[in-house]
Amino acid sequence: MAEKSPRIFPLGDSALTVEFGNVISEELNKNAIALAAHFDKNNFPGFIESVPAYASTTLFYDPFVVRKSFPKFFTAFDAVKHLAEAALENITADDTGTMRLVEIPIYFDSESSLDLEFVAASNNISSDEVIEIFLAKTYRVYMLGFLPGFSYMGEVDERITTPRRDTPRTVVPKGSVGIAGSQTGIYSLESPGGWQIIGRTDVEMFSPNAKEPCYLRPGDEVRFVTAK
Amino acid sequence: MSILIKKPGILTTIQDLGRVGYRRLGINPGGAMDRTAARLLNILLGNDENEAVVEMHFPAAEIFFEKNAVFAIGGADFSAELDGELIANWRPYFAEKGSTLRFTKKISGNRAYLTVCGGFKIERWLGSSSTNLAAKTGGKDGRPLAAGDHIPLSLQIKAKPRIRNCHISSNLIPYYRPFPTVRVIVGAEFPLLTKSSQGLLYVHDFVVSQNSNRMGFRLKGAPVELAEPFELLSSVASFGTIQLLPDGQLIVLMADHQTSGGYPRVGHVITRDLPLIAQLGPGDKVAFHLIEIDEAEALAAEFELELNFYRIGCKFQANSWQQ
Repeated sequence: MAEKSPRIFPLGDSALTVEFGNVISEELNKNAIALAAHFDKNNFPGFIESVPAYASTTLFYDPFVVRKSFPKFFTAFDAVKHLAEAALENITADDTGTMRLVEIPIYFDSESSLDLEFVAASNNISSDEVIEIFLAKTYRVYMLGFLPGFSYMGEVDERITTPRRDTPRTVVPKGSVGIAGSQTGIYSLESPGGWQIIGRTDVEMFSPNAKEPCYLRPGDEVRFVTAK
Repeated sequence: MSILIKKPGILTTIQDLGRVGYRRLGINPGGAMDRTAARLLNILLGNDENEAVVEMHFPAAEIFFEKNAVFAIGGADFSAELDGELIANWRPYFAEKGSTLRFTKKISGNRAYLTVCGGFKIERWLGSSSTNLAAKTGGKDGRPLAAGDHIPLSLQIKAKPRIRNCHISSNLIPYYRPFPTVRVIVGAEFPLLTKSSQGLLYVHDFVVSQNSNRMGFRLKGAPVELAEPFELLSSVASFGTIQLLPDGQLIVLMADHQTSGGYPRVGHVITRDLPLIAQLGPGDKVAFHLIEIDEAEALAAEFELELNFYRIGCKFQANSWQQ
């Protein structure tokens, strides 16, 4: 487990967050995923769900049930905090389950890559170089959020990092692949958004009626290839 | 047989208490904005409290009963009429086949709910009847109700049942008002605000802006400032989280909020007071009052205990209608 003990604070009166840090790091993210997985396997009375993010895990619970089930504690928050602290003693960052490597084809045609030229120009390289650098890396899915199935992945090579657009688009097409700072992500649905769009995929990131509605899971590794 | 939506109203949707267990996939819980209203109405009719309800804004829907039903309305008061007769919130009524429910005037609040005894027949998506408008799924085909929609009822009521003078006890009904003080607990980044902003948050009042919807209410007020610039990594957010936007204004996340967010969290509206804020509309005002987590939990527990007593009483009466 991480040497520095994580910060635990209430996220309202029905949830608490265990914060391992405030930086994008594979190690911290593995801790977050492992802690979430621990509570999926080891439910407690009143547990609702566990949600991993970049470097934190949030546990949602029903305070009424927790208070009744853990009368020794002054508050439900104290009880769940105690459970989280005990869990932190027992998990390791390797408890993140099976790692999957997923390949995702991308189109880089001009209609799909709305901001490719901008990303190239702001990094003083050519569009082809941006694509080449982008495809060279394997990315980790740190978390899903923002939209159903929207994946926050990282980290892109520093030669192509680009801040978000000053003015977000009101409509980003479904399947768009974007860059925001050192993050990359795929718009699972058509949505407003401010990421720099460099390509588009046909792979359905979100299929509401599938057994697993989202194509990617936190902890997955993703390789992008050029779509033929 | 069903209810028939004759006029759809503005943003009329099917909701329940939300879709839990999928936040990690970015699928937010959604659900009724005023969960207390949805729960109270369902319990009043002897339903499971998570049964689907119709959430309405003003102008609200016009609804035609194609079969007999026992129903109740609550939340906002839109001056409801059943075949021209004024009916009250928080009481069960019998609608005979062929009758029409209309909402004629906005008296108070912004979201009204309709429940029927036995519930609506709605196909659940990921365990919930709530409409996810962003994902265009859940509820009625993932969209607001439209004229001509039929929402089937689960229960067959043959003859007019005896409905005694029963209503929801007034201490369970939230004290809705256009300028509530809602209780909050501090958020993780509250200590990073300037001392004067920390004080300001709980002294000033804030106006709900036009730019407010089921995802969040943007507030207008004196700007709130961080002592030093601070970048927060995307982290999980919740219904009632009060975030500080880069322009110094606040947003309260509501039922359709995104699962994650990267803005500093200055506070969280307590569960007990969420209905008060959920019933506000543009131009209404809100003030915040800071309490400790133990008090927030105690308030929630107190409400649940009272609700338990109430549930037993209602179930007894509702059983008689269903026979």
